[in-house]
Parts: sequence; C-alpha cells; structure tokens
Amino acid sequence: MKLIEAIVRQEKLDAVKTALEDGGYFGMTVSAVSGRGRQGGLTLQWRVGEYKVDLLPKIKVEVVVLDEDVARVLNVITTAARTGEMGDGKLFVLPVENAVRVRTGEEGDNAI
Amino acid sequence: MTPGLALFYGGMVRRKNLLATIMMSFAIIGMVSVLWVLYGYSLSFGPDKSGIIGGLDWLGLKSVGQDPSFVYATTVPHLAFMIFQATFAIITVALITGAVVERIRFSALLAFSALWFTLVYCPVAHWVWGSGGWLAKLGALDFAGGTVVHINAGVSALALALVLGPRRGFKEREPTEPNSIPMVVIGAALLWFGWFGFNAGSALTSGGLASSAFVATNISAASAALTWMILSGVSRRPSLLGAATGAVVGLVAITPAAGFVQPLTGIPIGAIASVLSYQVMTWRNKANRVDESLDVFACHGIGGIWGALATGIFATVIVNSSGADGVIYGNGIQVLRQLISVAAIGGYSFGISWGLAKILKATIGLRVNATEETVGLDISQHGERAYGGMLR
Repeated sequence: MKLIEAIVRQEKLDAVKTALEDGGYFGMTVSAVSGRGRQGGLTLQWRVGEYKVDLLPKIKVEVVVLDEDVARVLNVITTAARTGEMGDGKLFVLPVENAVRVRTGEEGDNAI
Repeated sequence: MTPGLALFYGGMVRRKNLLATIMMSFAIIGMVSVLWVLYGYSLSFGPDKSGIIGGLDWLGLKSVGQDPSFVYATTVPHLAFMIFQATFAIITVALITGAVVERIRFSALLAFSALWFTLVYCPVAHWVWGSGGWLAKLGALDFAGGTVVHINAGVSALALALVLGPRRGFKEREPTEPNSIPMVVIGAALLWFGWFGFNAGSALTSGGLASSAFVATNISAASAALTWMILSGVSRRPSLLGAATGAVVGLVAITPAAGFVQPLTGIPIGAIASVLSYQVMTWRNKANRVDESLDVFACHGIGGIWGALATGIFATVIVNSSGADGVIYGNGIQVLRQLISVAAIGGYSFGISWGLAKILKATIGLRVNATEETVGLDISQHGERAYGGMLR
C-alpha cells in the first residue's frame, strides 16, 4: 500500500476528483493547505505600500492505493491537475504500514 | 460612531488581536460615558475659569436638566446637548487606540485613557467650545471637532506610540495582514453615517445650516474616497481598504469646516486631505521608524490640520453668520487664528500625552510581555478568541 499525497491547485480539485472517480478510486481525504514552490508569491497592498504573501493556498488530496496501482493513479492525477504553468503542484508517494476499515475491522489491502 | 470605529480598527489587525482591538473602543465607550457625566462635562463646559477650564459647578450633572442651557444650544434640552457632546469625548479617546493595537496592556490603556480624558480632552474641549474658552474668544473656528477631536487624538496617538515602542517584528517588516477588510468597510460605513450626526448635529438646530453641513460632509467623504482610490490605482490597484480610509480622512478634514463653508468646497477639502494623508502614510511606511500602527496621526492629525487651515481659507459668513470669512473672502487673519489653535492644541496634547505615557511606562508598565504578544491579545488580555470551534 502506498499513500499518494497530491498538492494541487484549488481550482483543479474537481477535475482530480472526477478523474480518480472515473478510474475507480473513490476514497480520498482533502484538506486546504498553504505552501510555496517555485512560483513565488503574491504581492498585496495595504493602505499604502505593499507586502508579500509567499505561502499560497493549495489543496492536498490524500489517496491510499495498492502498490500496483501507484503508477496509474499518479498519471491520472498529473493529467487532471496540469495546466503547464508554474504552481501546478507536486505529488509524493509514501509507504503505508497498514490500514483498518473501522466498520468491519478488515485490515491491509482489503481495507482500502 | 465609536462601535463603527471598533470595527474599522478591528478589521485591520491580525486575527489574534481582533477582539482586543474592538474591546479597546468598547471599553472606552463605557468608561468615558461614566466619567463624562460625573465630571467631564463640567470640566469642559462648566462656567469658565480664566479661559482654561470649566468649573465644577455641573459635577454629576448638577443643574443640567430638561430645560435648555442659557449658554449652549439654547433651543434644545441641556441634557440633549450634554449627551451629544459625550459622543465627541468618547470617540476622541477611542481614536488614539489605533496607534497602539496588538501590544499595549489593557489595564495600561484604560489608565492612560482615563488620565488623558481628564487632563487633555476636557481642557481642550473647553478652550475651543466652552463659553469663555481662550481659543473660542480668539475666534478660531472648529465646527464639529477638527482640533478638539482629530488633531487632539492624532498627535496624542503619535506620542503614545513613540513611548510604547513598536510591535515585535515591526523592524523586520513582518507582514501584518488585515484579518477582515469587509469589517473595515462596515466600520467605515458606520462612521460615515454617524458623522452626519456629528457635523449636521453641530448646527444644534435642524434647519438650513444643518443641511449645509450635512451636504458638505457627504461631498468631502466621497471626494476623498475617490481620490484615495485613484492614488492607489495609479501606484498599484484601486484599493477598497484605501477607499475606506480615504472616506474617513475626508470626513476628518470637513469636520471643522462643515458649517462654515459652501457645501461644494467639500470637493477640494476632501481631495487634498486624501493626498496629504496618503503622502504622510507613505513616508511613515518607507521610513519604518515609528510603529503608529493604524496611522491615527496620518489620518486624523494630518486630516485635522488640513481641515483647520481649510476652514481659515474657505469659510464664509454667507453660510454661517456666526462664523467668519476666510482668506478667499478677503480675511487673511482667519488662517492665522486657525494656525494658533492647531499649534496650541497640537503642542499641548503631544506634550501631556508623552508625559503621561512616560509616567505609566515607569510605574505600571505599558506593554504585554513577549509571550502574551506572540499568543495575541485576545487570549492573553481577555481570555477569548474571535473565531472558535474550527472543527465542529
């Protein structure tokens, strides 16, 4: 089992969700996060003068998948989330020790 | 008006200091209301003592009743005039808080406010508006508080901020993002609306003069808001926070002039006020030396000084026979009278405020400690937070 952590643009959440659903992956956890990458920040203004905001709002989608599905899911998310501009986000793949379905107590691959 | 000011200031601070900022204005509404009826009204408007201060004859509203006063607003109940004047005292003290948000200890702020109200507001109000006050006798014009309210609060805010010192992270230009610009705009809107009461109400009757002041007030606010919007648009983007600030600056500047100038004069008075205030704010921001946090001096001090001088330029007895003519109506001396009142009040308020702040700093202390400041004043001073229950 692997955890795929996808940091994507806010406006790409629906596209990523639909693409994963079409691929048969329903489970996900979504959170609003802020972060920065190579795209730099925003310059906002006060009453006079400016200030920089370099942590930008992004969406984090977490999906746990079987080892053999990792490549496919990465491809699905990348395709759905890409605009080609800086700030499209990043995907991370992490090993997962175990998983438990709360309702039935099933463990491992069966639980995801 | 002062609850409007609470929101105007509250929206501009960081989220962790939102309640504390609102609380400053709200607590002052309570405290100054009580002090005003106990002794403030008597010190400000009571029978004159050498042009400097009112006597104690009206302590605890003694002889202030339902019948009109023989001296002030002789067509309305004396109590009505008294409570109308209370709103000026309250907002003047509350205006100062903008300079010291996010780091002053609540108890120190209350102590400063009570002392400042007694030693600065009451005498200055007497000088300008009290029967027999020395600036009134000199012929300095202040229709609704340009000197008494705005210059007074503006220079005192600067003095208190200088003694108190900057917020942590100020020198490093750590950004302090406004937590809610919509809240600032609601506050500005309430101020704008309340100001009609201030300025038109200062005619003390409902009639032609009140209408003239009402119109001048709205025009100046509108012209200043537009001007600030254009200034921010030229330098970056048309800013809502800027337009709201401009409106307030325009209201400040027309305050002393409202009932002495032709209503259309509100257009240049408001526009020039915005340009001056914007410029001073820009200098303060570039220099980054004084953390006068919400620019009380740039808005109220500068707006007030310009308004006082503009009154000396544009005033005309055509609008108000108990006023005077200004420079453009051939009476050059009026600007000099206005200048004297600006200098006297500016100097007195700054000096006493500086002294009071120094004494409080050396005795009870002015600041919260570093941890309390980092956590935020909402939790450290009041044990509350603006937005709780994030997870449910």
